[in-house]
This record gives sequence, C-alpha cells and structure tokens, in this order.
Amino acid sequence: MDLTQSFSSLGADIIVSAPLVLTMVMGLVIVVLDAFRRNHVATPWIAALTLAFGLVMEITRIGAASGTAYYDLLRVGGMAAYVNALIFGSGLLTVILARPYLESIGHHIGEVYALILFASTGMIVLGTANSLITIFVGFETMSICLYILTGLVRTNQGATESALKYFLLGAFATGFLLYGIALMYGATGTMYLHEMQSAVGDHQTMFRSGVGLLLVGFLFKVSAVPFHMWTPDVYQGAPTPLVGYMSTASKSAAFASLILVLYLALPSTQWIGVVAVIALLTMVIGNVIALAQTNVKRMLAYSSIAHAGYILVGLAAGSPEGYSGALFYLLVYTVMNIGAFGVIALLEWDGTQGSEQSLDSLSGIGYKKPLLAWSMVFFMFGLAGFPPLGGFIGKVAVFGPAIHSGLTWLAIVGVLTSAVSAYYYLRVLVVFFMKESNPDVATDNITFSVPGMSAAVIVLCVIMLIVLGIVPTFLDVTASFFDGNMLATLP
Amino acid sequence: MNIPHLTSIVIFLPMVGAILTILARRTEQVKWVALVVTSVTFLASLGLYVGFDPGISTASSPQMGDVALWFPVAFDIKYFVGIDGLNLLLVLLTTLLGPIVILSSWTSIKEHQKAYYTLLLVLQTGVTGVFTSYDLFLFYVFFELTLIPMYFIIGIWGGENRIYAAFKFIIYTLVGSLLMLVALLALGFMAGDAINGGVFTTDWYKLVSYNIPVSSQGWLFLLFALAFAIKIPLFPLHTWLPDAHVQAPTGGSVILAGVLLKMGTYGLVRFCLPLFPVASQKYAMMFAVLAVIGILYAALVCRAQTDVKKLVAYSSVSHLGFVVLGIFAFNVEAMQGALIQMVNHGISTGALFLIVGMMYERRHTRLMKDYGGIAKSVPILSFFMIFAVLASAGLPGLNGFVGEFLILIGAFKSSVLGSPMLVALATTGVILAAVYLLWMVYRIFWGSLENEENASMADLNGREIGLLVPLVLLMIILGVAPNPFLEKSEPAVRDLLELIESKRAAAESESSLEFEYRYADTPEFRVPEIDEAALKAARKITGASAEETESSFGLK
Repeated sequence: MDLTQSFSSLGADIIVSAPLVLTMVMGLVIVVLDAFRRNHVATPWIAALTLAFGLVMEITRIGAASGTAYYDLLRVGGMAAYVNALIFGSGLLTVILARPYLESIGHHIGEVYALILFASTGMIVLGTANSLITIFVGFETMSICLYILTGLVRTNQGATESALKYFLLGAFATGFLLYGIALMYGATGTMYLHEMQSAVGDHQTMFRSGVGLLLVGFLFKVSAVPFHMWTPDVYQGAPTPLVGYMSTASKSAAFASLILVLYLALPSTQWIGVVAVIALLTMVIGNVIALAQTNVKRMLAYSSIAHAGYILVGLAAGSPEGYSGALFYLLVYTVMNIGAFGVIALLEWDGTQGSEQSLDSLSGIGYKKPLLAWSMVFFMFGLAGFPPLGGFIGKVAVFGPAIHSGLTWLAIVGVLTSAVSAYYYLRVLVVFFMKESNPDVATDNITFSVPGMSAAVIVLCVIMLIVLGIVPTFLDVTASFFDGNMLATLP
Repeated sequence: MNIPHLTSIVIFLPMVGAILTILARRTEQVKWVALVVTSVTFLASLGLYVGFDPGISTASSPQMGDVALWFPVAFDIKYFVGIDGLNLLLVLLTTLLGPIVILSSWTSIKEHQKAYYTLLLVLQTGVTGVFTSYDLFLFYVFFELTLIPMYFIIGIWGGENRIYAAFKFIIYTLVGSLLMLVALLALGFMAGDAINGGVFTTDWYKLVSYNIPVSSQGWLFLLFALAFAIKIPLFPLHTWLPDAHVQAPTGGSVILAGVLLKMGTYGLVRFCLPLFPVASQKYAMMFAVLAVIGILYAALVCRAQTDVKKLVAYSSVSHLGFVVLGIFAFNVEAMQGALIQMVNHGISTGALFLIVGMMYERRHTRLMKDYGGIAKSVPILSFFMIFAVLASAGLPGLNGFVGEFLILIGAFKSSVLGSPMLVALATTGVILAAVYLLWMVYRIFWGSLENEENASMADLNGREIGLLVPLVLLMIILGVAPNPFLEKSEPAVRDLLELIESKRAAAESESSLEFEYRYADTPEFRVPEIDEAALKAARKITGASAEETESSFGLK
C-alpha cells in the first residue's frame, strides 16, 4: 500500500468519524481557550454544541450500513452510530445540567467541559473498537478523564478520597485488561476482534485466560459484582450531574464494547455460564444492598449496579436478540439515570449538603417542587420497571431473550430482585409525597429556583421515558444491527 | 348494533380526563372535570351494553374493538381490545363505579385534590384496559398500570399506617405479576416458535388456538395463577388486603374491592383456564380447597373484628372465594355464577365501603363499639347500610343470592371437582356471612343510643343518597331479573368451556398417541386396526354416537 493511497483513505476515515475527531479537537480548543480566557462564558456552549452536532450526525447514521475505519480499528455506522449517539446524548444533557450545579457549588471551571469532551472521545473509541488495541486506548482515555471528574471538588475530602479509590482500583482493572489483551494476542497473533475466533488454533488455554482477564476489566467498568466496590463511593463523592454521565455513558461504551467482543470474537457459547452467574450476583447484591442505603446517591449507585446485572442478563442470552435488548436497555437506562441524578442534583439546594444528603431530609418536597418530584416519580417507576414506561420494555428486551435461550431461572431471579428494587425506589416517593415535611431542614424555606434549561432536560427525559415505553420501535433499530451485516461488511 | 372504536373510547376517555385535570387551573375545577369525564365514560359504556350482541360469536374476534400492531416486526404484540360476554359486565361495573367514587370523595378528600382525581382517572383507564385486552402483553401493561395510582392513593390519602399498607400492597402484587411476566415471555416465545413462524406472540386468539405442551402447562399455569391468586386474594395470600383496605381512603377502598380484585378472577377466566386447560383441571381441586378455606376462614375472622372497615375487607376474601370456586368447577352454571358474582360483589361491597366511609367522615372512627343505636339518628344511612348488608349476605331477591346460588349449584354437580362435601362446606360460608354481617348491623344500628355524639350524627345528604341509589337499584334488578345480564355472557361462557374441553381432549389424545408410538412395536400394545366402513355401518344401525360405537368395538 503506497503512501498516497493510505492518505486518501485517511481523509475518508476522518470524514466518516467526523464527530469523534471534532469532539477531540474541540476539547483541545477549550483547553487552549481556558488558558487565555479563564472560565469564559462560551466554554459550556462550545462543549454543548459539539456534542449536539455529534448527536445529530450519529442519529442520522444509525440506519446506515455499518463499516470500519482506520484500517479496521474502529467501527462506524449502524451499532457504532447508535452507541455514539448514546454517549453524545448523555454528554449533552450532562453539560446542560452541570453548568448551574457547578456554579452553585462554586466549582465552575472550564476544564470540566474539556474533560467531558475527552471522556466522550475515549468512550467512543472504546464503544466502537474493532481491535483490542483500540479497546485499550479508549478504555484508558475514558478512565483517566473520569478519575479527574470524580475528584473535581478538591476541597471536599470525600470527593478526593473517592477519586483516589477509583483511580487505584481502576488502574488495577486496566492492568487485568491489558494482561488479557496480551494473552489473547499471544494466542491468536491478531488484535482484530473478527479474526480472533478463526486464529485461536491450539492455544485454547492461553486464549481463555486472556478472555477471562479481559472480562475482569470490562466487568469492573460496568460495575458488575464482584468488581463493584468502587461504585458507591465514587457516585457519592463525585458531583451529582457528572455521576449521571459516568453511570450512563461509560456503561454504554463498556457494554457496547463487551457486546462486540462477545459477538465477534467469542461467538461460542462457552462464556454464557460465566456471564449468567455474574449477572445473577450483580442483580441480587446490587438490589439487596441498595435496600439498606439512606443516602440517595449511594442508593442510586447500588441501583446502577443492579441495572448492570439486568443488562448482563441480555448478554448472557448469547443471542442477537439479547444483545439488541441490552443495547435498547442502555438507551432507556441513560434516559432514566440522567433524569434521576439531574433531579437529585437540583434538590441539593444549599450546596453544603451535597454528598451527605440523606433521603429523609427531602421529606415533603413533593408539594414544594412538584415538577421535580413528579418527574422523579417517572424515573423511579421507570427504574423499577413498571409499564408503560421505557424501563419495562427494557426489562422485557433483556429478560425475554434470556428466557428464549433457556435461562428461565436467571429471569426468575431477575424479576424477583426487581420486585425488591421496587421497595427502595418507591421509598424515595414515600419520602417525597407521603411523609410530613422534615422540620429540621425546614423545607418550607426552600427558595431555590430551578433553572429553565435544567427543567427542560428533566422534562425531556420524562417524555423520552414515556415514548420509549409506548413506542417501542427502537427495538427494531437495535435488532437490525445484528442481522449478519456486521460481520459481512468487514473487508 | 356495532359501534366502532367504542371500547378504545371507553378505555382512554378517563386518560384524556386525567390530562385535563393536570391542565386545570383551579382546584375546584378538578373534581368537576373528573365527574363529567367519568359520567360521559359511563354513558359511552352503556353503548357497549346496548351494542353488544351475544348472538354474534366472539370465538374469532371481539366486538366493537380495535386491533393494531403495537410492537416492531420482531414481536407480534398488538394493541387489541374489544368486548365479549366475559368482560362486558365488568367494564360496565368499572365505568359505573367511576363517577360514584368521585362523588364519594367530593368532601372527604381535602388535600392535594388535583393529584387525587388525576390518579383516579388513570386508574380507571388501567382497569378498563385490563378487562378489555385481547393481547396478553397489553393486559400485563394495564395490569401493572393500575398499581401505580393505587399505590399513591393509599400512600398519600390513607390512614395512619398508610405507608406500610401501600408498600405491602405494591410489593405483594408486584412479586406475583413479575413472575407472571416471566411466564408470559416464555409462553410468547413458545407459541411464537410453534405456531407463529418464530415470531413472539401474545395475541389471545393465537394463544388459545395453540395447544401448549402438557409438560410446560404446569409451571406456566402456576406462575399465572399465583399472580391472580395474590390479586384476588386467595387464601393464604390475602394478608395484604385488610391492610390496604383499612388504610385506603373510601374511594380507594371502593375501587380496590369493586374492580381491582376482579382483575385476578377475570385473569383466571380469561387466561389461565383456556391457555392451560390440562393444568388448570389438574390443579382445580387445590384451588377449590383454598377457596373454601378462604370462604370459611375469612368469615370467622370477620366475626372477630372490632373495626367495621376491616370486617368488610375480610368479607371480600370470603366472597371472592365463591368466585374462585365457581371458576374451577368448569361448567356453565358455576362460571356464569362466578361472572355475575364478580359484578355483585363490586356493587354490594362497594356500597358497604361507601357507607362505612360516610360513617367515618361523620364520626372519625371505624370501631363498632363507638357506634350503637344509630338507626334512630341516621335512618337513611341505616336503610342503605342494611340493604347493602342483605345483598352482601345473599338474601334471595337481591343480587348476591343469584351469584352464590349459581356457583354452588354448578360446583355441586361439577365433574372436575367431584366433591359435594367441599361444596357443602362452602355453603356454610353463606350462613356465616349472614352471621357476621347481621351481628355488625346489630352492634352499629340497633340497641340504645349510648354515645352522645352519635345522637347528633347528620344523616345522608342529597349527594350521598344520589350515589347510593344506583347501586341499590342494581342490587334489586340483578336480584329479581338477572337473566338479561346472564344472557349476555352465556354464549361466551359456553364457547370458553367448549374450547377448554376440546383442548383438554386434544392434549389427552396427543399423550395417548405418544404412548402408542412408544409401544407400537411391543406385541402387548398393538393397536387394533380400525375398519372405518364397519364403524360407520355399526353407527348407522345402532344410532349410537361415535364414542359409544368405538367403545363397543373395544377401541377405547
């Protein structure tokens, strides 16, 4: 391949991956701008517009055929476009929610937006990776940005602690991932996911060890049990709107990548048992421990662990149906979780409470802030999986394929744990609506006003949640990714 | 007379009303909007009653319904609603109770009125949807949709212990219905792979046409029946009910007893029996025994109550035991009785809860010892209460008698249950009902007026009389002339039972075929060859039916 040819293909690659490239470049622009004009008013707008551009671009390409770019290192179109749209959407909503929040806690700094853009870049590289090396690059780019975002509020001891904890454990997980990649490469001689299966040959043991270690890295990122320990601390310590971003976008990326690995590199069913057991543990432990939480953010952290379990059920089905269900679930989960963390962020009205806020301090808020509280009703019922909201269709989309694949026992455990989950989700609503106002915190004196843009994001999430529940055509979209073309379009 | 889309209109009018109440500017407007919307819905549902023609078979499609594909291509899940003989009366009951509940809450609900009426309207949409769905998935969606408003109605406007009751209500029901969801999905895939070209389906008509393998019927049936048994509630799963009823505001209790419990019994009739005929007959005895235990146990518990609302709540467990007994008797009388008894219970227990609510509003106590002799101070209230009590106790000439009588007759001659002793035990439940209800009347209404406060109790006002009169009229009409109502449901009930029987027979012959295949080579089990011509000739000569001839040939 001569040089001119490779340059011309590079140009084409840059065009098809324009949102990714633009996100990275605009992140750099913000860094430079921030160096000269500290906390310029345009900074959040640059980030928001970049993410919005990416979102629109990727949505238009969801229907397009999938392909690869950069010498098969990255996937574009189809499923890749869908995952990118999730990441951009999550980032965009977060940027809108984060600005007033960070201003209110006095940590509104330009770097946040650059970090969100860089993290999105990493997530996109991870979520669309077609090669082990791209997986690692995306994984690290994403993780490092998230470590910094977690410890953003330097003055808060809890935040610093959680950032350090996240970093140390995360570094460990990355080590596992890298070791796994090395072993897989050693066994197969290739980095490309789609070539892996045919190249394993005689090195089964080495390959399997590699896959096991790789899975550890992924399961850490999606906070599956037993690699979930970091989640509650990090969620509690990090700035609330950013938790919404971390819990959704990074999960979307990691799960998308895991699905590609399972679908392209490990089509055999030998991993189903492992994934099924992990899913079971994750659902049970996440939901049961969430019952005991008194802090809203910790509760939502355990809830997000449990939701990782539900998504793993879809993966454990080991069928295109299950993968498409999991991708659909990620969309619903993004909408619900960004909304829920958004509401919690807005309810941390005096800034000082922040991560220490207990559920009981919010009692009676339902009649003070009806818009936020009733939105929370939708998010909580959505997370608990009640119809006619998207959360229900999501559960059907992951449990259904599992049942179809003969994992009825897993689905039964899953629904029972989700009945458990109803208890702690509804407890939030009990506090909001059914308890007398807490005299200690004098909610009567709440005077904060909800910023218009934030309210708009919350309402948008509610509408999306209802639409996803009533118009489930999105399932068709996610199902279309696995019609066989994904393998066929590879050169 | 076929009015297109009428079912959908009846389902979604309250939802439209809910949107209107959210948009309403002033709080006073809200209850008027709710009242008007539910009244219009009731009038529209009368169109269903008039328009429904029992002469037209609903064996292939319901009447006045709508069907549209709801889910994407990969799933054959439909928006499929309509009316047939099984659900017509329950829909009418729901729409009738709608305005009555709103009127009953007129002055008793003072706080957060907007939310209350909005939730009531959403609840009505959910319940109507449950009764009219012909798609299992859609049914499930409506079934769960009813939980959310009821949870808030108990939890926000309920009594002192409301949060506990609301949780108990929702968690209990949720465990059952989520397990049903697993069964539903398994069934959908199973049927889809077998009869629908590999496409997941929950279309009721497709599902009933599919003979589910006998080996899978058992666990599927039990998961479905568990969800319904919790909802009904069948002994020993009834413990959520007294809490929910006692804590719920009057309107909530009326809806809960009047229609929500019927979703369980209706689910048994609509789904469990026709989908799993073999399993449901196999477990019929178990359910009948639990039903009879429930009838007697709840009646005895009623006798021990001091709280009048709790007494009425437990009486629901007892009365619904009769309905379950009727359902599992598998004959026309009992099934008809069960259907009409669902309506009867909604009317008479609804009325009881309404009146108890009115008493509570006046005296703020539900304990029987705080009353006594109030017939003198509130004669009109007492009249209505005693009327409702007599209907509930099954006095001949009033509605309760018709249903219980049909159920007991049917159960007595049921070949599936085949246990007259059990039915005799159930019959004592009728006597016990008279005992505890009349004892309650005695303690509250008769005797001397000892408590000063009772002497000055205000009697019913025009609004309260107005909302009780339709119920009392229905008690009389259903009691004296039940036939017009029974006629509406009879063809559907016959179709259903025939369907169950033919499916059961098919499953049996299938299993005997398996037997034949397995032992075809062993000489002991060689099947005699059938000479069709000889069979026909013999049939002609003897005039006997096919089965008899075959049996005389030694074939069966």
